[in-house]
Amino acid sequence: MKANKGLGIAYWIVVVVMLAVGAVGLYWRLTTGHKLANYGELIVWGLWVAMYIYFIGLSAGAFLISALVYAFGVERFRPIARLALFTAIISLLMALLHIWFDLGHMERFYEVYTRPNFLSMMAWMVWLYTAYFILILAEFWYESREDFVRWGQKPGLTGWLSRLLALGSKDVTPEMRARDQRVVKVLGSIGVPLAIMFHGGVGALFGVVSARPAWHSGLFPLLFLVSALVSGGGLLMALYAFLAPNKGSAEYKNLLSDMGRLVLALVFLDVIFTFAEYSIALYGSIPGDVAPLIQIMTGPFWYVFWIGQVGLGMVIPIILLAWDRTRTNPFWVGVAGLSIVLAFVGVRLNIVIPPLSVPELQGLVEAVPSPRMTTQYVPSAMEWFLSIGIIGLGMALYAIGYNLLPVRPHLGKEV
Amino acid sequence: MSRQNGGTQEHRWAMIVDIDKCTGCGVCITACYAENNIPVVGEEEIHKGRHMGWVRIERYWEGEYPDIRARFIPIMCQQCGEAPCEPVCPVFATYHSETENINVQVYNRCVGTRFCANNCPYIARVFNWFDPVFPEPLHEQLNPDVTVRSRGIMEKCTFCIQRIRQVEEEAKAEGRPIEDGEVQPACVQACPTEALVFGDLNDPHSKVARLAQSRRAFKLLEDLGTEPAVIYLKGGDAHVV
Repeated sequence: MKANKGLGIAYWIVVVVMLAVGAVGLYWRLTTGHKLANYGELIVWGLWVAMYIYFIGLSAGAFLISALVYAFGVERFRPIARLALFTAIISLLMALLHIWFDLGHMERFYEVYTRPNFLSMMAWMVWLYTAYFILILAEFWYESREDFVRWGQKPGLTGWLSRLLALGSKDVTPEMRARDQRVVKVLGSIGVPLAIMFHGGVGALFGVVSARPAWHSGLFPLLFLVSALVSGGGLLMALYAFLAPNKGSAEYKNLLSDMGRLVLALVFLDVIFTFAEYSIALYGSIPGDVAPLIQIMTGPFWYVFWIGQVGLGMVIPIILLAWDRTRTNPFWVGVAGLSIVLAFVGVRLNIVIPPLSVPELQGLVEAVPSPRMTTQYVPSAMEWFLSIGIIGLGMALYAIGYNLLPVRPHLGKEV
Repeated sequence: MSRQNGGTQEHRWAMIVDIDKCTGCGVCITACYAENNIPVVGEEEIHKGRHMGWVRIERYWEGEYPDIRARFIPIMCQQCGEAPCEPVCPVFATYHSETENINVQVYNRCVGTRFCANNCPYIARVFNWFDPVFPEPLHEQLNPDVTVRSRGIMEKCTFCIQRIRQVEEEAKAEGRPIEDGEVQPACVQACPTEALVFGDLNDPHSKVARLAQSRRAFKLLEDLGTEPAVIYLKGGDAHVV
C-alpha cells in the first residue's frame, strides 16, 4: 500500500510539472501565434500534427478493442472493455487539443461545421470524429450507468461525481441493465465502421496529398488502421498488466496471455504493412518516394526509425510476447506494451515530417538561398512545451477518472 | 472539361515568364510587397525563414567554375486550372473563382490548417506568421484595395485580382472590351526587362496567347496535370521564338 501511495505522489508531481511547462507553452502559443514554432514553408506540419495522429490512433485502437466485447461479444476481454472505452475518450481529447492548437485561427474551427467542403478529407475528419466523440460518450454512459447509480451511495467526491454522472437515473433493475446492454451493443456496432472510417480517413488525409509522393499511397489508410490497433492494443496491454488487481488469479493470467497474443499478431501485421510500404517505394526508385525513406533510415534522425520504430515497436515486443516465460509475466508484458506506445510516437513523427522535406520541384532547396526552404525541422520549445502540457492534462484526467469513476479493470462479477 | 482552355469562362488570365530576359533583380518581389500590403518582417525573422513574399526568385547555376551562368526563375502561385490546393481545403477558403477563372483565397474564412500548402507542388503558398504592424507613416503607403491580412491564415499571389476587377469594371462602364495589356499585375508593370507578360489566353490576338505558342514555352511540373496559368519560356541555347 505504502509503495503505491509513494508512486501516486510521484505521478502527481510529474503531472503538475508537465502542466506548468504546458502553461508556458500555452502562453506563448496564445500570445505569439505560430511565430515561435519551427515548422515553416516547406515543412508546414510538425510535432502537433504528429501527436494528433498519434493520439487519434490510440483512441481508435482502444475503441476497436472495446468493440471486441461490445460489438462482437468476445467476453474474455470484458474486464478491460470499459477501461478501453475510457482510454479512447481521453486519447481523443488529447488528439483534438493538439490539432486545435495547430490551427492558425483556433476560433474559426466552427467553419468546418457551417461551411464544409466534403471534397476535403479534413472536413470528413472533423464531422466523423465529432460523431465518434458523441458516440463514445453515450456508449460510456450507458455502459457505466448502473455503476454510477450504485456508486452514488458512496461518500465523498466519488459519490458526488457518480450522482452527477448518473444524470438523475436511479434504476438498477435487471430490465434496465438489459436495456443498457442492448444500447451499448448498438452503439458499439455503429462505432466500429465509424472508427475505421475516421482513422482510415486520417490516413487518407495524407494519402490524397499528391504533391508529396511519399504520402500518396493507397496503403496509407490501412497502415493507419493497423498502427491504431497496435498502439491502442499496446497501451491497454500495459495498463492492464500494471494496474489490474488480483495478479495471482488464473483469470488475470489468461487475459494477460490473450492480450499478449493479440498484440503480438497485430505487431506482425504492422511489420508486414511497413515492409510493404517501404520495400515497394524503395524498389520503384522514384526520387520523391525514395528520398524521404532514405532520410528516415539514414538521416540525422535514423535512430527514430531503427531504435524507435523497429527496435521498440517491433523487435522488443515480438521477443517479449512470443516467449512464453515473458508473456506470462505481468512486468514484461507491461514493458512490451509501453515499448510499443513509445515507438509509435516515432512512427507518427516519421509519417509527418520526412515526406514534407522533399519538394516536387527538384533543386528547389538549393535554388532558394534563404532559410525559408529549410529541410531541417526540430520542434521548438513552444511546440514541446505545449505538447507536454496536453499530455500532462490527459494524464491528470486519466488519473482522476481512474480513481473516481467505475472504469478499473475487474475480474469476476465484482466491480 | 479543362479550365485551361477557358471552358465557358470569358477570360483565362495568364502570365508569361521569359527566363531568358529575367535578370533576377527582384523588382517584381518589391512591387508585389508594395501592391499587396505584404509585411516586411526584419532580419531576425528572415533568418528563421519567415519571408512573406508571394513571389520568389529561384537561382540555378549552370556549368563549372569559372565558366558558370546563373539562371533565374520567378515563381509565384501558378493559378492552376486543376489546383491541388482547392479540394483539400475543409472550408472552401481557397477555391476556383468562376468569374476571374483564377484560384482565390478567402482570408477571413481560412482556418489555418495549412493543408493547402502541403498539397501545393510549387510551394507557392505563404503562411502568415505575424500580426503585421505598419507604424506611422508606413501605414500611409498601404494599398486600400487590398486587405491587410492577420496572422494564422494562408495567402498567396492573386494575379493582383484587384487590378483585374478594376479594369473589368472600367471596361464594362465604358461599354468596351478589355484591351490586351490593359490589366497589369504589379510585378508585370514593374519588370524592367519585360520578362513578365500578362493577358488573356482566351483572346487569340493577345501577346500571351502568341507567346504561349512559342517552342520555348513550358509549364512547371506539367506532368502533374495541374494546368498552370503561368507559362515559362526557356532561356539559353534553346533561343527560338
